[in-house]
Amino acid sequence: MASGVLRTLGALGCGIVFGLGLAISGMMNPAKVIGFLDVAGDWDPTLALVMGGALLIAVPAYRVILKRRRPVLSGGFSLPAGEKLDAPLIWGSALFGVGWGLVGFCPGPAVAAIVTALPAVLGFVAAMIVGMALHAWFSGELTRRKGSSGDTVPSPR
Amino acid sequence: MGNFTPVSGLIGGLLIGLAVALMMLLNGRIAGVSSIVGGLVTPKSGDTAWRVAFVVGLLLGAQAFILAVGGQTPVDVLASPLGILMGGLLVGFGTCMGSGCTSGHGLCGIARFSRRSIVATAVFFGVAMVTVFLARHVF
Repeated sequence: MASGVLRTLGALGCGIVFGLGLAISGMMNPAKVIGFLDVAGDWDPTLALVMGGALLIAVPAYRVILKRRRPVLSGGFSLPAGEKLDAPLIWGSALFGVGWGLVGFCPGPAVAAIVTALPAVLGFVAAMIVGMALHAWFSGELTRRKGSSGDTVPSPR
Repeated sequence: MGNFTPVSGLIGGLLIGLAVALMMLLNGRIAGVSSIVGGLVTPKSGDTAWRVAFVVGLLLGAQAFILAVGGQTPVDVLASPLGILMGGLLVGFGTCMGSGCTSGHGLCGIARFSRRSIVATAVFFGVAMVTVFLARHVF
């Protein structure tokens, strides 16, 4: 019980640092993200420095942290298993890429930018949540149909 | 390269890296925003409080920065209303289908040298660049 509260506080603290970093980096501004993605325009390399700076910390930190028996506030690490390159990974990432290129928002900056209360931001996040719900419904249908037809292929997730 | 802001970009990036590292050290979790939010869209009992807390933290961190710089930060959404809705749907559906976004695959996955994340990151960066090229320079 107490460790559950601590984990919640831990996540809150990480979220604060993450949100602060996103805002400082300028990545909450879709125009800046598009400036990076638009390699044929007036190219703005800032996003590369944001990713590079984050990896500069995360790569060595993960090396050390993942050698531990367990995290500080939890019984074990929750890491995605499996290294298979499957169709949902590729197609999902491609669909995400189209949406990201259209608007310049990926999930983190879009959620953080809710604080601006701009209609464009709120509309984007609402559509994103609908997209997530659609996927959940869709993959649920798929599993149900496979189950009822006696197919034993496991669902991708 | 008139809009290049290397110093604030690097400082912001280092903070994001710190958040990613702390999330693994404390909670043993990937700080992937699409999976954290996606887990709230299909909630499981006992697995929502930390997700809500992380999202609240994101908002608090962004708000703290805005207050610190005097109440405003540029958020320029250039897409049309239809583009915004299409983009949002695609980002939500795509990140769930592909099990991650820029933070989950691009930072956390690459930081642990996951083959799936490296491929996913290459795909969404490549496709986004082609999308921007087509939208800005072709159509």
